[in-house]
Amino acid sequence: MIKKIIIYILLTLSAFLLFAPILYAISASMMTPQEIFSGALIPSSPSLEAYSQAVNRVPILQFLFNSFVVSFIVMLGQLVVCSLAAYAFVFIPFKGRNFLFFVFLSTMLIPWEATVIPNYLTILNLGWMNTYQGLTLPFFALAFGVFLLRQHFLTIPRDIFESAQMDGCSRFRFYWSFVLPLSKSTLSALGIYGFLTTWNMYLWPLLVTSNNDVRTVQIGLKMMIAQESSTNWNMVMAAVVLILLPTLLLLFFGLKYIRKGLLAGALKG
Amino acid sequence: MEPNIAVESRKDLTAKTYRKRRERKLFWTGMLYLSPALFFLVVFLFYPMFKTLYFSFFQTAGAGIVQGFVGFDHYTRLFQSELFLGSLKSTFLFVLYTVPTGIVIALALAVIASEKLRGIGFFRIVFSSSLGISVAAGATIWLFFFHPTLGVLNNILGLLGIGSIKWLTSSSWALVSVAITTIWMNIGFNFIILLGGIQNISEELYESAKMDGAGYWRQLFSITLPLLSPTLFFVSVVTLINSFQTFGQIDILTGGGPSNSTNLIVYSIYREAFYNGRFGYASAQAIVLFLIILVFTIVQFKVGEKRVHYQ
Repeated sequence: MIKKIIIYILLTLSAFLLFAPILYAISASMMTPQEIFSGALIPSSPSLEAYSQAVNRVPILQFLFNSFVVSFIVMLGQLVVCSLAAYAFVFIPFKGRNFLFFVFLSTMLIPWEATVIPNYLTILNLGWMNTYQGLTLPFFALAFGVFLLRQHFLTIPRDIFESAQMDGCSRFRFYWSFVLPLSKSTLSALGIYGFLTTWNMYLWPLLVTSNNDVRTVQIGLKMMIAQESSTNWNMVMAAVVLILLPTLLLLFFGLKYIRKGLLAGALKG
Repeated sequence: MEPNIAVESRKDLTAKTYRKRRERKLFWTGMLYLSPALFFLVVFLFYPMFKTLYFSFFQTAGAGIVQGFVGFDHYTRLFQSELFLGSLKSTFLFVLYTVPTGIVIALALAVIASEKLRGIGFFRIVFSSSLGISVAAGATIWLFFFHPTLGVLNNILGLLGIGSIKWLTSSSWALVSVAITTIWMNIGFNFIILLGGIQNISEELYESAKMDGAGYWRQLFSITLPLLSPTLFFVSVVTLINSFQTFGQIDILTGGGPSNSTNLIVYSIYREAFYNGRFGYASAQAIVLFLIILVFTIVQFKVGEKRVHYQ
């Protein structure tokens, strides 16, 4: 009993400490500039004024839209590209596939930052600066995604594959109507993972965007700090809360899938 | 006898060509399914990796126009440059600050959150939440916290009667401040993986330990931690690699300053390439980053193989 109480106290305390920065951001976003300057912890009369300011003075809705589009495209691209590759590694016994799988895995050793200069030049030379394709295409092939899906595909019973083949089911149909539906939860895990990591991407959009039509929230926020942080911290915090909401919601509702995906990488890897 | 043999070998032959044809067909089918992934890997990973290596041996003008071969000049200059050596030192210090602390905090949280209590789901979500916090948003909140006069941290210190700290503007504190921000942002990921590892440990082990009269701490140190070692190992590899790649929080919090104390290696690459336009010199730094990560990963796996206790 005493142990239970101690654990509850520890849980509450650490939850509060961990979440305090977020709570304070929410609180500050509802303060007046005067309250911010006086170092208040809680607004005396919470107002949403800073939110309407943030939305009106900075194209934050446009940034949010751009981030959605970019994250969604990368997510879809990764799901298609990785699932096709993983399917080949599991269901098509071609020569050299172990070697190729090894090559795929070894790409996880290459830090993406080590390739950023030539990638930037590629996008520049293609004339893809400030385009969605420039922001998304470099991230379609994800070795981790191929690995994750392969691990799941391996658990699909072989006799399903064999009986489908007997019935004259084509390879692509088997992929489309058996393998993909049987892997919904792993696909969701990878999808949410891809969406979140793309949403959080910072260096790449910083390099390849220079106008507000395609700029993502992360870079929009950086701009906003440069312009407003000396005077309007409540507005900056309102923007932060607006940017946090989509991913926090996605996390809360998709936590089950994310855990599954991350753990598959950790425990089997 | 003879005709029989002929028939046999002809059969063999056709079986062989049939098998070969089938193998070839399988190969191309496999390639067809792999082609999108291979295409993207070649264009955006293998080719640029090769190109980075190539650039690192050349003098370049703006926008990557190659001017002349310089051999290992960039590399020798790098290791004589105080700026780059300082950047390496800061990077290693930063890794040292963030990786062990981050893992220990997440481990403690995972241990208390693994208890089967009412409402534990709520705490697990809160502890995982930093996974949904993007680097720019997280760093911005801390930028506000670290604010010299408005920031909460200095206000609290003021209330306690302690003088304020120059979190981001003194070169002795800035790296620590960035490390605190980073640890906070990494907790969610580490927590999820470690909690999963703990939940994977079979319940029976704890039951029999209880029967033998083992208390809470005894169970923690003789069952949970040893059996968690593969997971701890995985988390340490991933966070180590991640912290070598830190960029966003630097850009928002300090911009590499003050006096380059937070100029971590990726930030240094960014500045050399995209501010100073020295693509060749920056590429040499990128190769150094690649080699550091490669060496650390190999060492960790070698050590891990020996030490880690697999179930």
